[in-house]
Amino acid sequence: MHSSDGRPREAGSARFDDPWYDALASGWGELDDTGAPEATPPTAGDVYLEVQRSAAFREVRSRYRRFVVPAVAVFLSWYVAYVVAATAAPGLMARPVAGAVNVAMIAGLGQFLSTFLLTWAYARHARLRRDRAALELRWDTQELTRVTQGRPVGGAS
Amino acid sequence: MTVDHQTLALLLFGVFVAITLGITTWVSRNRHGSAEEFYAGGRLFTPMENGFAIAGDYMSAASFLGISGLIALFGYDGLLYSVGFLVAWLVVLFLVAELVRNCGRFTLADVVAARMRERPVRIATGTSSVTVSVLYLVAQMVGAGTLVALLLGGRSEAAQAWTVIGVGALMVIYVSLGGMRATTWIQIVKSVLLLGGTVALTVLVLLRFHGDFDRLLLTAAERSGHGDAFLAPGLKYGGDWTARFDFISLGLALVLGTAGLPHILSRFFTVPTARAARRSVVWAIGLIGGFYLMTIVLGFGAAAILGSEAVRGSNAAGNTAVPLLALDLGGGADSTGGTVLFALVAAIAFATILAVVAGITLSSSASVAHDLYASLRRRGAEPRSEVAVARVAAVGIGVVAIALGLLARDLNVAFLVGLAFAVAASANLPVLLYSLFWRDFTTRGAVWAVYGGLIPAVVLVLLSPVVSGSPDSLFPGVDFEYFPLQNPGLVSIPLGFVAGWLGTVTSAEVPDEAKHAETEVRSLTGAGAV
Repeated sequence: MHSSDGRPREAGSARFDDPWYDALASGWGELDDTGAPEATPPTAGDVYLEVQRSAAFREVRSRYRRFVVPAVAVFLSWYVAYVVAATAAPGLMARPVAGAVNVAMIAGLGQFLSTFLLTWAYARHARLRRDRAALELRWDTQELTRVTQGRPVGGAS
Repeated sequence: MTVDHQTLALLLFGVFVAITLGITTWVSRNRHGSAEEFYAGGRLFTPMENGFAIAGDYMSAASFLGISGLIALFGYDGLLYSVGFLVAWLVVLFLVAELVRNCGRFTLADVVAARMRERPVRIATGTSSVTVSVLYLVAQMVGAGTLVALLLGGRSEAAQAWTVIGVGALMVIYVSLGGMRATTWIQIVKSVLLLGGTVALTVLVLLRFHGDFDRLLLTAAERSGHGDAFLAPGLKYGGDWTARFDFISLGLALVLGTAGLPHILSRFFTVPTARAARRSVVWAIGLIGGFYLMTIVLGFGAAAILGSEAVRGSNAAGNTAVPLLALDLGGGADSTGGTVLFALVAAIAFATILAVVAGITLSSSASVAHDLYASLRRRGAEPRSEVAVARVAAVGIGVVAIALGLLARDLNVAFLVGLAFAVAASANLPVLLYSLFWRDFTTRGAVWAVYGGLIPAVVLVLLSPVVSGSPDSLFPGVDFEYFPLQNPGLVSIPLGFVAGWLGTVTSAEVPDEAKHAETEVRSLTGAGAV
């Protein structure tokens, strides 16, 4: 298990393509073309905008959304269907399945089961697909904001 | 009730209080009094510790006493509560925990205000957080009162009042002296005690039925006096459509409310990273899910072993089902086993109430000091230390909660918590989700989202049968009941979202693209997180 709390590894261990980093390194001059004659350093806001547009960040964001959006849709509709069925169709819910266990009981325990499964799936997805890339981005972004003039890093006021 | 129960339970409870006071003194021995320390415990808890503490914050007396009681009285309809309470954690895990940890510092307002004009947003979210916390506190206070009524034979109103006052006083001591670090350790101790007690009772119930869950259900149905209807939805929320809509409303409030509870949000700031926040939620879901599965067994067990009538006879709202069950499982009222088990359960329930109350008080005092006081204090006034203000606020909130707790004594605890969830889902969740995920969200949108959810939710509760118009109301003598549902969620949650959208599209303010970029980048990567 790698530690996400530690310092970043050296650049060589980055597992993902990092095209935005070069773009950033060469991009600041262009940003200032329309501005003052002497090159003013970018503000923290510029850094965040730049990172937001970078391919690496967009990849992290879309991985997050590709998991979370369908998952939220699934569990919310499953839950709403359960609640509506319990109120609007008690006859269906009362149908016996085996012994004292009826459809309602199965559905209720199914909610527990699906919650546990989705929790496991989310944690696994985040650990394997997002954590490392997000951490690299974090250190790189902090490195960039450190050299800016704007507000202090993290908005610590 | 014999004196033995009482003495033993008070003794055990006294031990718990002594231990927790010891913890409080220990962790505050060399405190620096910094805000980081007071609100977030130095952010150095491990995911497992925080997971237990989250579970401790969440598994309130409402769950332990209220849900089991509802199941014992109404069968399946009580189980619907536990499902909602658990599924709600998926909202927290997927949409809130990591992102809030990354963007925020101490409170909900920190997350929202980062993108907006700070002052109005802080005042709005601070107000709604305090409202939610006070409602939730009242529920816990009612639980404490009910418990002592049972312990002392249910006659002594003065004793009930004094317990509520005593619980309030203790929580103020914990919070103002120990801050988040003491509160967290109290939650962890309480969590372990509560889970231990629940496991023991569950095993005893299952042993009584030789491990046959089917027979447990059949016996419960038989002794409830409702037959098979006891095992299907409809006993409490069936019947007319008002009751059914009430239930849908409650279901919505439960699943969306958790992510807006201030004392849950503030727990994510006690760990160092978003990854740790995620892992603590995973721990919490495991613990909470297991706990609710066991409360189902306890609820049906109470119906099967005691019978619904006996439960109702002790407390009309069912809050005393579990202690009574413990008494019976231990061997009955006159046996040593019964006495010990009863005392143990009562002491655990007390500890639960105390810990939850401490957690909520802490987070609401943070809202008062960090959000409201910091925004409202007159410019140029002597800036007092925020932590000192928070300590004073804890006392004030304690007093309000005690007063309301004495007033609301006869309502079911789980039901009261449902109200707190409805307000949290209406006022806090829309603004939180919008500011995390909506690029064009503006200051006006944020303020409208909060008040557009908070005001309808509170007004609808005031106009509901809970407050007036029926014999069970808070004020049975008067009638200003204009809203039929007990839980306002069905109306007020959509209103909160609509108001936030409306405020945004009507505002002339151009959304700050850089601020949005900052929120988005920080929330997903943790850049610049404290």
